[in-house]
Amino acid sequence: MAAINREDVAHLARLAHIEMSSDELDRMAGELAVIVDSVKSVSEAAGDGVPATSHPIPLTNVFREDVVGHTLSAEQALSGAPDAAQNRFKVPAILDEA
Amino acid sequence: MTETPTGAIPARELIRLSAADLANRLAAGEVTSVEATQAYLDRIADVDGGERGVNAFLHVNAEEALAVAAEVDAIRATGGEAAGALHELAGVPIAIKDLIVTVGQPTTAGSKILEGWHSPYDATVIKRIRAAKMPILGKTNLDEFAMGSSTEHSAYGPTRNPWDLDRIPGGSGGGSAAAVAAFEAPLALGTDTGGSIRQPGAVTGTVGVKPTYGSVSRYGAIAMASSLDQIGPVSRTVLDSALLHQVIGGHDPFDSTSLPEPLADLVAAARMGNVEGMRIGIIKELHGEGYQPGVENRFNESLDLLRNAGATIVEVSCPNFQYALGAYYLIMPSEASSNLAKFDGVRFGLRVLPEDPPLTIERVMAATRASGFGDEVKRRIILGTYALSAGYYDAYYGSAQKVRTLVQRDFDAAFEQADVLISPTAPTTAFRLGEKLDDPLAMYLNDVATIPANLAGVPGLSLPGGLADEDGLPVGIQLLAPAREDARLYRVGAVLESLLEQSWGGPMLDRAPALASTADSVDSSAVTAAPNHGGSL
Repeated sequence: MAAINREDVAHLARLAHIEMSSDELDRMAGELAVIVDSVKSVSEAAGDGVPATSHPIPLTNVFREDVVGHTLSAEQALSGAPDAAQNRFKVPAILDEA
Repeated sequence: MTETPTGAIPARELIRLSAADLANRLAAGEVTSVEATQAYLDRIADVDGGERGVNAFLHVNAEEALAVAAEVDAIRATGGEAAGALHELAGVPIAIKDLIVTVGQPTTAGSKILEGWHSPYDATVIKRIRAAKMPILGKTNLDEFAMGSSTEHSAYGPTRNPWDLDRIPGGSGGGSAAAVAAFEAPLALGTDTGGSIRQPGAVTGTVGVKPTYGSVSRYGAIAMASSLDQIGPVSRTVLDSALLHQVIGGHDPFDSTSLPEPLADLVAAARMGNVEGMRIGIIKELHGEGYQPGVENRFNESLDLLRNAGATIVEVSCPNFQYALGAYYLIMPSEASSNLAKFDGVRFGLRVLPEDPPLTIERVMAATRASGFGDEVKRRIILGTYALSAGYYDAYYGSAQKVRTLVQRDFDAAFEQADVLISPTAPTTAFRLGEKLDDPLAMYLNDVATIPANLAGVPGLSLPGGLADEDGLPVGIQLLAPAREDARLYRVGAVLESLLEQSWGGPMLDRAPALASTADSVDSSAVTAAPNHGGSL
């Protein structure tokens, strides 16, 4: 299994929308390499025949009656937002048009 | 310290009562909820602040807490049906881990990214606590987004261990455990994803319970790893945790993982008072090598006490537990990286604008998350993004989920041979602040004994097991039961607690050093609590 390097971390940070300085990338790559190395054994622990468990206590078909209940008002939902306008979350430009 | 002028019980004694004892005295009219709540608020003001304070609380909710207390007192004073309908714990104050959302108080999750944010809704557990009319004292400190084992990853400074102010109180729920250990609250709520209720309980000499997955609603707990997270009680006695567990437990349609069927009566189990004929299994892989000698000694003493009380001690083996820590550190960051994507500078809290143009939403998100998240959170988001990325998914996340099946099978086999399993809660006592901060892997090892329960969804309880010989610090004993059999933990836990307290001549927390007041201090060096771990616990 490939070790994690600085370029990997830079790519992952872009995917995760976290800006990272050059120093941060170096430090994070070193720390993550150690952690990834320590969890390697996991990939060899279970054979092909072992099913995966995604949920410790599986419940199936969790539905509720389709009735209108209490929901947050637009004002409540927007109350913690950094910016809002016209009952909506307000964000800067979605596309880079500069 | 303020003395209650009219109360029959002095404040310094009032704050040391168990929640059950306080509830009885409230019902009997020996003390009022306002007196009790004020005594706790005074205690918080006395020992929590300042450079050498415990720093268990991020927010103190004095006004609302006293209003709820006064309401309970008024209902009691009127008597009649309304008084009779009060919940058993009405008027007993509680502290809340700041990962759980509350109307009327800030919720930070220990992160700068949520600084100043107020939730527009209450978590289900908060609704139930309000319905029981328990005054909420405030919100307690935690590792940022519950990621850590020491509370040092809080953006608001570490919490200190009341047993030794230079040591960690465990994590991520160090604030809740320290508040209860320092008599700043009789009860608290925590959340446990890999041990965040139990390990702080162990190192602060308190009781902490991770209920069966799904038996307490997670609605309103800010999610770290949704398939592992569980809210649970923190207290000074096993019975108190059972009482609180019954307040917060039960089905909730707002949580699709909530179990439809109720658990057996937990309070009755805590009051049962015998373990005769029960089979208690030592997990071979969860003691011995890697465990501090003082931890091992206290663990063996507990086994002797249970044996003498008529339990049968058997040894079980869970060979796949060796992979549990690795699997956990793949599953947890994977789920966390997804859950924390919502903190992007759009809907909650912080928004940071990049210094240079262009000002696009993507760059605002990246700048906001860079400045709002701490190092450990970033580490886990990157690790999780890696484990989920194309080409690595099968080897990492997929393999970890298979290990999860193997861990469950180990538990199933072990519970064929034993009714309850037992181990030390943590491999060591509390370490020094800063000691493991630069070594993430060493920090992760604290959770080696608590993680298997989260992977399998089974319930676990940690209770005080005595003080380690070499450092005089608290040791925790962990009990584990099959899913939905939380009652067994309370039954065995209460018996073991009572046998241990008989052997010590009183509760373990009576041996904790007195905390000096930090309320009026400017010179922080003058208020260091004198080390006093003495005794032969």
